Amino acid sequence: MGRYVARRLLQMIPVVLGTTFVIYTMVWALPANPFQGKCGTRPCPERYVAAMTEKYNLNDNLLVQYGKYLGSLVQGDFGTTFSGVPVLDELVRTYPVTVRLAFLAIVIQVVIGMAAGVLAALRRGGFADSLVLVSTLAVISIPVFVIGHLMQLTLGINWGIFPVTARGADPSWYSLVMPAMVLASTSLAYVARLMRATLVENLRADYVRTATAKGLPRARVVGVHTVRNSLIPVITFLGVDFGALLGGAIVTEGIFGIGGVGGLIFRSINLQEGAVVTGAVTVLVLIFLLVNLLVDLLYAALDPRIRYG
Amino acid sequence: MRVSVRAIAGGAALALTLGACGVLPGGDPSGDPTSSERGGTVIIGGCQPGNPLVPAATNEVCGGNPLNAIFSMLVRYDPQTGEAVNDVAQSITSEDNKVWRIELEPGWTFHDGSPITASSFVDAWNWGAHGANAALSQNSYFYSIIEGFEEVQGDTDEDGNFVPGTAADTMSGLEVINDTTFEVTLKQAEAGFPQRLGYIAYAPLPETFFDAGTTPEDFGASPIGSGPFEFVEFVQGERIVLEAYEGYQGEVRPNVDGVTFEIFENQDAQYASLLADQVDVMTQLPTSALAGEAYKTDLGDRYIEQETGVIHMMGFPSEDADPNLADPRVRQAISMSIDRQLIIDNIFQGIREPASSWVSPVVDGYTDGQCGDFCTFNPDRARELLAETDFDGELTITYNEDGDHETWVNATCNNIKNVLEIECTPQGTPTLAGVLDDLIAGELTGMFRIAWQMDYPSIENFLGPLYQTGAGANFFGHNVEQFDSLIAEASGQNGEQSVALFQEAERMLAQTMPTVPLWFNLTVAGYSTRVDNVIITPFGTVDLLSISVE
Repeated sequence: MGRYVARRLLQMIPVVLGTTFVIYTMVWALPANPFQGKCGTRPCPERYVAAMTEKYNLNDNLLVQYGKYLGSLVQGDFGTTFSGVPVLDELVRTYPVTVRLAFLAIVIQVVIGMAAGVLAALRRGGFADSLVLVSTLAVISIPVFVIGHLMQLTLGINWGIFPVTARGADPSWYSLVMPAMVLASTSLAYVARLMRATLVENLRADYVRTATAKGLPRARVVGVHTVRNSLIPVITFLGVDFGALLGGAIVTEGIFGIGGVGGLIFRSINLQEGAVVTGAVTVLVLIFLLVNLLVDLLYAALDPRIRYG
Repeated sequence: MRVSVRAIAGGAALALTLGACGVLPGGDPSGDPTSSERGGTVIIGGCQPGNPLVPAATNEVCGGNPLNAIFSMLVRYDPQTGEAVNDVAQSITSEDNKVWRIELEPGWTFHDGSPITASSFVDAWNWGAHGANAALSQNSYFYSIIEGFEEVQGDTDEDGNFVPGTAADTMSGLEVINDTTFEVTLKQAEAGFPQRLGYIAYAPLPETFFDAGTTPEDFGASPIGSGPFEFVEFVQGERIVLEAYEGYQGEVRPNVDGVTFEIFENQDAQYASLLADQVDVMTQLPTSALAGEAYKTDLGDRYIEQETGVIHMMGFPSEDADPNLADPRVRQAISMSIDRQLIIDNIFQGIREPASSWVSPVVDGYTDGQCGDFCTFNPDRARELLAETDFDGELTITYNEDGDHETWVNATCNNIKNVLEIECTPQGTPTLAGVLDDLIAGELTGMFRIAWQMDYPSIENFLGPLYQTGAGANFFGHNVEQFDSLIAEASGQNGEQSVALFQEAERMLAQTMPTVPLWFNLTVAGYSTRVDNVIITPFGTVDLLSISVE
């Protein structure tokens, strides 16, 4: 398995190189000089534009620019923003917040989504099943920003149960609960449905009949044998979803004023802050790859039939 | 092998469980950053500065608002009328409007205790104008009216880098007479010169700024200013904290102990915080709150409507770039075909003021209807006028997609199309920078949206920089000798005479129509239950000297 992990890690190098190059190219491909728009309607002083263009290597051709960027990147230098703040500082400020939020969202998905799925599968056709089906349908069909604003207005502003926003580089876990619920809502519905479908299918499997026949209690048959075997599609979904939660939380982060990666990337794209976008997305890609490696390794733990040589 | 895989899985499961546990007892409301900032401190909704907090480097509001609280300039603007009154200056006088003698009020100090002297201003302006500092001086053109500006700019190599040794150290137009007096010689007479001096680019800088060991970026990370509030801390992406400066010498002293600018990426989040009393003033309510006048239900009477010094227009490129639109009658016809009030009511929820002049109502000298009949909706007259011309073609309106312009540009285009029966297509460009690049290169054809936000409240600021031949923001190729000489003459005169000449120049624009005035900005600001005496200035900012906390 060590060789398998090593191979997977090595495979990440070309992927990361490729993504950084694509992102870098796209950000700087916008046909305007980013420094021109910094002075409002009045064109910036020519000297200012020229000096900044030179400072950020925008005069070089794209490959040379990218080479220079990569050169400093491998030395751990992510560059600076146009306002002179090191990009690394920005990443260090925003990533922990987003990871915390995404982690909470995953926990909510796992706890509520899987519980609902298992319940629905065991009471197939019953009231609980219908309730889960209808409520997940409702959650899937309501856009995230509606859920977000609604919860913020009721739970936050009107009833004061949760803080209205979760701002800053170190928001409390408690203030992140409401945003995490909003963020988790859609995926939670998918987890519940996926869990239900897989479990229903596996409950009809031969090994379940065998386990029941040899006299194992129902709880053990379901809890240990069936649920565990049904987890593989759910875990796969969660792995992919974690990446989506990191980069795609822009709407939720916006509603709750969370200073996370989504907002950072969004703002930086608008300002054509190429160094920030590339840096942030590179880290995103790395986390995504690592999480999915972890998911693949979990397969082997969940299903004894899977081996990595 | 299998054992280690299990260990990983077990670890992950454990982490999940621990995380889940952490949620429940984690009810730590003290983690809410705003709740601890109470007691005499007012919390203003802010945004992330785009530059280091150095006066010469900042001309956007996110950094500008904190900087204006940190720095006092020679004059300040009356929060209600926008009139310039002396602040650090005791007197600003001139006999010929060209050589200005500025005397400082004695006793003012920077926040580090060092005195504010004539050199503090002179050195700061020389620094901002100097070629070696170009990468940090977005505001360098504000010094270009001073004699000797070109000499300190120096030469650049083909890459655009400043060549050391090619520039003079100081502008010849700046002369220190004594500790509290200095003289400014302008290139041309300008009666309105004192009105400029409240702009952030004209701030003084303490001696520490010029210390060999301090870079401007270091200074910008914790600026030492001259104003009513001193800098405490800047938590990137979160907040900028200021507290009242004990040694402040200004006439009006702040009522609050401190000001915190809470940085929001998202206007809706800021509005939610305002409703929860966690932000005290939001100077511009988001569209979602304006829709259906929701803010009136949410805030009761805790809102203020204020005109701000911004005009929105539709510009025409120079005749060289687009000869098709060069005939003023075509332009006038287009202007008359736009039903401004209808668009304002439908797209902007009524929160704009239809414009029939090129100068904002917030400045002295504004007169309604300088545009004549051409800015009044008159479809019949518009069609007649267009029929007189040999215009034959289609119209486009270019707009930048990084602003919130698509809806109203679409509406305006449809409006023109319906009235004049010529095809009109909105054309989006990703960024404002892209539009400006094309305009400067003379590659843009068709109409384009443009807005002008005043730098300082003066009628001159709405005319000179936009329509004088060769002026910085003259994207219209506007080149009318009589207009230029009127502006020059007006600049050399004082008081009402000057204003009358500027107005005459403004009326001339109706004949050439370099731009079609559309509407003036109104802002709707909201405030919390904690604050009183909220005044929104013509700049759309909150006046920090009058606001008080209950």
